[in-house]
Amino acid sequence: MEKFTILTSTYVPLPIENVDTDQIIPARFLKATTKDGFGNNLFADWRYDKEGKPKKDFVLNNPTYSGQILVAGKNFGSGSSREHAAWAIAGYGFRAVVSSFFADIFRNNALNNGVLPVVVSPKFLSELFDCVNKDPKANLTIDLENQTIKNNVTGISEKFDINSYKKECLLKGLDDIDYLLSRKNMIEEFENKAII
Amino acid sequence: MKTLFDKIWDAHVVSTVEDGPTQLYIDRHFCHEVTSPQAFNGLRARGLKVFRPKQTTLTADHNTPTINQDQPVKDPVSKNQLDTFEKNAKEFNLPYFYPLGNRKNGVVHIIGPENGFTHPGMTIVCGDSHTSTHGAFGAIAFGIGTSEVEMVLATQCVFQSRPKTMRITFNGKLGKCVTAKDIALYMISKLTTGGATGYFVEYAGEAIRSMSMEARMTLCNLSIEMGARGGLIAPDETTFKYVEGREFAPKGKNWDKALAYWKTLKTDENAKFDKELTFEASDIQPMVTYGTNPGMGMAINGTIPTLDEIDEAGRISFQKSMDYMGFKPGEKLEGKTIDYVFLGSCTNGRIEDFRLFANFVKGKKKADHVVAWLVPGSHMVVDQIKAEGLDKILEDAGFELREPGCSACLAMNDDKVPAKKYAVSTSNRNFEGRQGPGARTILASPLVAAAAAVTGKITDPRTIL
Ligand code: SF4
Repeated sequence: MEKFTILTSTYVPLPIENVDTDQIIPARFLKATTKDGFGNNLFADWRYDKEGKPKKDFVLNNPTYSGQILVAGKNFGSGSSREHAAWAIAGYGFRAVVSSFFADIFRNNALNNGVLPVVVSPKFLSELFDCVNKDPKANLTIDLENQTIKNNVTGISEKFDINSYKKECLLKGLDDIDYLLSRKNMIEEFENKAII
Repeated sequence: MKTLFDKIWDAHVVSTVEDGPTQLYIDRHFCHEVTSPQAFNGLRARGLKVFRPKQTTLTADHNTPTINQDQPVKDPVSKNQLDTFEKNAKEFNLPYFYPLGNRKNGVVHIIGPENGFTHPGMTIVCGDSHTSTHGAFGAIAFGIGTSEVEMVLATQCVFQSRPKTMRITFNGKLGKCVTAKDIALYMISKLTTGGATGYFVEYAGEAIRSMSMEARMTLCNLSIEMGARGGLIAPDETTFKYVEGREFAPKGKNWDKALAYWKTLKTDENAKFDKELTFEASDIQPMVTYGTNPGMGMAINGTIPTLDEIDEAGRISFQKSMDYMGFKPGEKLEGKTIDYVFLGSCTNGRIEDFRLFANFVKGKKKADHVVAWLVPGSHMVVDQIKAEGLDKILEDAGFELREPGCSACLAMNDDKVPAKKYAVSTSNRNFEGRQGPGARTILASPLVAAAAAVTGKITDPRTIL
């Protein structure tokens, strides 16, 4: 897994609420047997028309906006547990998603793929949308070590939450499986004293 | 004083990472073809075996056709995924593997309970969010991502932060034509799709106690649609009766031991929940959704909210959703013409759902313009449908049964609703494009689906039954 430390980047605004995983990556793209190539189909139904041509009005097709951070409306990632959603976001090149609220499973999946979900206040979020509307080159800085996110246009920053275990994993680029494997004897001990 | 959730959780904690998640032991892992291939690749890359092969049950369901299952799968990409699944099950020596054509094959959350793999007090995971279904047995069951599927295969554990607990009580009795699906859609419309995020929900109250296992599964299944990690119901006689005698249920002395333990699985009288909600069952009517998430539901005879009733931040999304559905704020849905009906999915693809549907359409005829997909959740459901003669009733009314699978619930196979067509669906998600690009989904119970199938319109089943 790629390490995550400090990221300063312009960002792509998606001011829609309740963006669900079927929107992030529609089910018909889930037939793959590897993790590659999902980035091309991120938000496929909003991004391409029936003939597969880019739709002009969708933000990912608008060259004015770019960056490694996606800023989205409330309740991002609801719906299915498909990790393909996180692979699509990572595959597209996003390292962080900022919203005022995330669905549980998505948040876990993102963290397991080196994508940092950052929860900000509704006010901070709406300022991010305002700033990028005025200037598409508006940017922000996410500092994982200090758990801060800063809107570099207004100069306002906020603290965000992440549990220290996941933070450590991201900072070092380690994953859960390595950690669990080091505890195999604990698992066997647990099995031996199971209730039924 | 502990809640049911606390009891099961605490019994499965292997260790806790300092200021981190809990390492939770998993009793039963369900696995399907779509969210597992990358996990098996991961095992291979690390040179690992499956740690406890007997604790994983595998079935192909998401990406499978619902006709001609005895013939080779036509779509080469789907076929590759199914072949990969089989190859993985063999290579890793997994004994409980049920491919297409196997008599135990079917939708993962239907075959699990049916074959007795699901027991009270278990921790259960699957790379599918509707794993919450198994909570109906008094189990902690939740969906996981593919990285976690790999973790479970490798170590039989996952990392989870402890969710908060919520109890939702339904007092009193349900009205005519009101089913578990209506309770769920009602509850989600009150809480919204994010309203239970971070919580594990216990359902309680008279209306829940009097429900069959099938109905309890429908309700727990939909817990995830309000953001909850899962939902569960304390096991009781109804539960024990359902489990007893099934193929993978404990037998003999093991049964007695298990039963004694299961009987302790209830919330202590003074246990505290982080949140408590109460609803009156009699307030609930047959429900339909009008928008593009399961929280956008209303009574079938009600009206869509007007723009003024939506708070300002949500208006763009609301209008987008109305445009997608081709509905206007403030309008009624009753009487609107529909094109498709889908009976099936892990929400409503069990025998009881087919009984409800068949009893309703008995002696009536399917509306000519309606395309109806009736997809039983498993071969066992099919066999039961035939044993009860429901297939004859359905046939006489102009319906035919398809073969088991997820089908139009997620439309990965050919069962796709065309763009702009209206589908009354007993599945669980009405997201944009969920049932096919541009498809317009109206979620409802099997009874509302049956009423729509025979009248060709959104119809309150109470006006007919
Ligand atoms: S029926 Fe639908 S929700 Fe259930 S397991 Fe299949 S795809 Fe998932």
